[in-house]
Amino acid sequence: MEKRIRVLVAKPGLDGHDRGAKVVARALRDAGFEVIYTGLRQTPEQIAEAALEEDVNVVAMSLLSGAHNTLFPKVVNLLKDKELENVLILGGGVIPDTDIPALKQAGVAEIFTPGTSTAAIVEFIKANVK
Amino acid sequence: MDIVQELLAGSRLALARAITAVENEYDEAAEIMQKVYPFTGKAQVIGITGPPGAGKSTLTDKLAKEYRRQEKTVGIVAVDPTSPFYGGAILGDRIRMNELTLDPGVFIRSMGTRGSLGGLARKTVDVIKIMDAFGKDIIFIETVGVGQSEVDVIKASDTIVVVLVPGQGDDIQAIKAGILEIGDIFAINKADYDGVERLNTELEMMLELNPNNALWRPLVKRTVASRGDGVEDLMQAINEHVEYLVTSGELIRRRSIRTKNELLLLINDHISKQVMDRISLGGELDSLVNSIEDHQQTPYNIVRNILAEILR
Amino acid sequence: MDDQSLRAKLAEYTAKVEKTIAKRPERKNLEHNRLYTPLDLEDLDYERDLGFPGDYPYTRGVQPTMYRGRFWTMRQYAGFATAEESNRRYRYLLDQGQTGLSCAFDLPTQIGYDSDDGISEGEVGKVGVAIDSLADMELLFAGIDLGKVSTSMTINAPAAVLLAMYIAVAEKQGVSADKLNGTIQNDILKEYAARGTYIFPPKPSMRLITNIFEYCSKNVPQWNTISISGYHIREAGSTAAQEIAFTIADGIAYVDAAIKAGLNVDDFAGRLSFFWNAHNNVLEEVAKFRASRRVWAKVMKERFGACNPKSLMLRVHTQTAGSMLTAQQPENNIVRVALQTVAAVLGGTQSLHTNSKDEALALPTEDAVRVALRTQQIVAYESGLADVVDPLAGSYYIEALTNKIEQECWDYINKIDEMGGAVVAIEKGYIQREIQESAYKWQMDVENKKRIIVGVNQFQIKEKPPEGLLKVDAAVGEMQKQKLAKLRANRDNAALKTKLEVLERAAKDETENLMPAILDAVKAYGTLGEICGVLRNVFGEYQAHVSL
Repeated sequence: MEKRIRVLVAKPGLDGHDRGAKVVARALRDAGFEVIYTGLRQTPEQIAEAALEEDVNVVAMSLLSGAHNTLFPKVVNLLKDKELENVLILGGGVIPDTDIPALKQAGVAEIFTPGTSTAAIVEFIKANVK
Repeated sequence: MDIVQELLAGSRLALARAITAVENEYDEAAEIMQKVYPFTGKAQVIGITGPPGAGKSTLTDKLAKEYRRQEKTVGIVAVDPTSPFYGGAILGDRIRMNELTLDPGVFIRSMGTRGSLGGLARKTVDVIKIMDAFGKDIIFIETVGVGQSEVDVIKASDTIVVVLVPGQGDDIQAIKAGILEIGDIFAINKADYDGVERLNTELEMMLELNPNNALWRPLVKRTVASRGDGVEDLMQAINEHVEYLVTSGELIRRRSIRTKNELLLLINDHISKQVMDRISLGGELDSLVNSIEDHQQTPYNIVRNILAEILR
Repeated sequence: MDDQSLRAKLAEYTAKVEKTIAKRPERKNLEHNRLYTPLDLEDLDYERDLGFPGDYPYTRGVQPTMYRGRFWTMRQYAGFATAEESNRRYRYLLDQGQTGLSCAFDLPTQIGYDSDDGISEGEVGKVGVAIDSLADMELLFAGIDLGKVSTSMTINAPAAVLLAMYIAVAEKQGVSADKLNGTIQNDILKEYAARGTYIFPPKPSMRLITNIFEYCSKNVPQWNTISISGYHIREAGSTAAQEIAFTIADGIAYVDAAIKAGLNVDDFAGRLSFFWNAHNNVLEEVAKFRASRRVWAKVMKERFGACNPKSLMLRVHTQTAGSMLTAQQPENNIVRVALQTVAAVLGGTQSLHTNSKDEALALPTEDAVRVALRTQQIVAYESGLADVVDPLAGSYYIEALTNKIEQECWDYINKIDEMGGAVVAIEKGYIQREIQESAYKWQMDVENKKRIIVGVNQFQIKEKPPEGLLKVDAAVGEMQKQKLAKLRANRDNAALKTKLEVLERAAKDETENLMPAILDAVKAYGTLGEICGVLRNVFGEYQAHVSL
């Protein structure tokens, strides 16, 4: 059997800061994952549909523009609508601590804020992927 | 409903999961293929290959949109190399197809080559069959076409489009002869760059010299995929090729060869897997090697014995 | 001491050092030599390589007296939520002694979408102020005399539209365009390479830029028509040398495009400005600033044959490195920003934005912004660093490092020239890949502790979540939507339609300057999204080149 953990790395919204997303994509590749990178300016609908077609285990979103409270929960709900409840949903970027509980409540499994090591992200995925 | 019934009924989720089962070689994969097989053979398969940076994904995106305008449904299998060092891959072809994502008539799937020897071609063929059974009219396979396994992948198509760009050093010479020999159509993409005339001339010269082109003389088309220029023309060329395949009987001949190859590959895979399963148990492989080195046995009688045992 | 005896002495020193290292090993992974001596400057020719401040090749600065005449412009980048709210922040900053404005726009504005466009959802007013039409621009500068302030606008793909709005607001205030002072960023190439707020493909984007150069040289002569930016390239992960190399390569592409469009180099080159990042490695940064001035002067003189001294000067705005701010122990960021300020000032910047300590967490609060501004004022008034022009010149290390960075810069420029220039290098993904490589290496160095970031991978503490962060009111999007609905209902839509048709025709004719048609559409209260929509239809949209 040749199973690989598949991760969709996406930049929702209009934010163009993709340094973090690209670094993470590469670190996940180096950890042996298959990373589907969809680039900038993805709508929640596009992210959810790509997650379905690619049958990914993880959706990892990065956002530095402050639109996370709107966009992350929207992706979570769209994934649920598509019966993708088993997908592990991760968020990263400039996200104030005070926003994190509500995002987790909404269904985001973990939020990685600035200063997180890529190794920690890899470990989290390995430990929590379904 | 099982997964095959679901996908036959139009479930995109079932389609996605069936593909995963095949790709990951899950136990149920053989069963899925067994059930899917009767529903295959309807789709038109188009291979898009060429060097990195030639604009394959953008061209595939634009072609897919043309077919969608004609109300054909489209499946796209985009193959990217797996890193030989880490075993992971970054699959980035979707970036240029983002506008297709929300079209329910299009299904895009990215695959890593995963370093399996020869297995890639078989898996891709199976993925195409699943999309075919799902009801896709047109299926694109997109891959760099470097190395034998990727050339094998692209050979699963009815029509092969080789995408080239002008101004890449020594042009033709720089490109592996492998993909030049298999092209039914050549798309010179980024035709607004310098060097397009030279590349065109070189291609035509090479095609003139190729004795295999007696029946079908490969067409050379120019495109600027980013602007959509020449895409309609390219689709016309693909249609011409399909018409040639049908009227000349070549389609039946090619598909028959393909069926034969697939059967041989499948036999090969299954037997080797059984053999490997049999001799990897308890380090038997090592002791067999020892017995050859000690002149107790030859490789030939070992193979004969193992096969006799398995095929008994 | 002659060279020979100096070499002998250096050999003695090296031998001694070897013994010391044997007992007490040096720290690992240090990039630069242990020690610099006159031997490192053997080839340095004062007049050729340094010259006097205000003289070619401007290594020591672009003005003869530098900060002894006047401090740099202290210009804090600000803007969020609505035009009304940002207007309040601007007036506060001017009251606090800030000497220029710097406008931050939200992402929909930067990408040419209206606030009521579906794709703008969640983004309205978040990273800057939302500007949908001239009406918002009027509110943004209400009570601020545009004849007196200089305004910098961080706007790129739709720069022509925002500049037109600014000109229109000034006109309403009774200030004619030739009196206007300020800068638009207008640097599309780094958007493709590093920052991501592009709209159109390179060719029409370059045309818009040269249209602006031409229009301003005749009508807004004091306006800085472009701020060629290395800042975001550095933020995306590049090294210091890559920052200036890729940016100067972009600059070459703009000058080439303008000359191809028929402009005379000395008619526009004096209005080109640059934008650097001030990072943590103070002395490397100082060398970077100095090297960049020398390279640009040579490029303009030798490659483009510019004659006017103003055309040869690399004038630069600087911002401290946002990516170096840490979310951990945010107070430490005040110290980082102070060091970065020192680097920018010793490097000879013309204006400076200092980041606030809380920006790794959210948009800055008013208190945090004040401390950032005070940091500049302390360096200016108390430190003495601004009292002498280019005080580090002649330092063996600084001069050697300036030379080294200059050389790296030329190597990149030559390589990019061979590829066919910056536009081709970006289309091929070369510049992006170089930046990504550096970014990945940086991240791995941090994770392997080859590089220590205080509070992040060493000296961590358990922290309480920070309090009192600025939150942008979620209702901003709704408010903008309502304003837009009212605008669309009350303006003369028939008149606007004509103006947009004129714009469309102009866009299709490559020989026409687009600025007049954009200005007319703006004055007819066409929205940013409507105007950019017309251009999108004609020009198409850029497809990013991503190869990881």
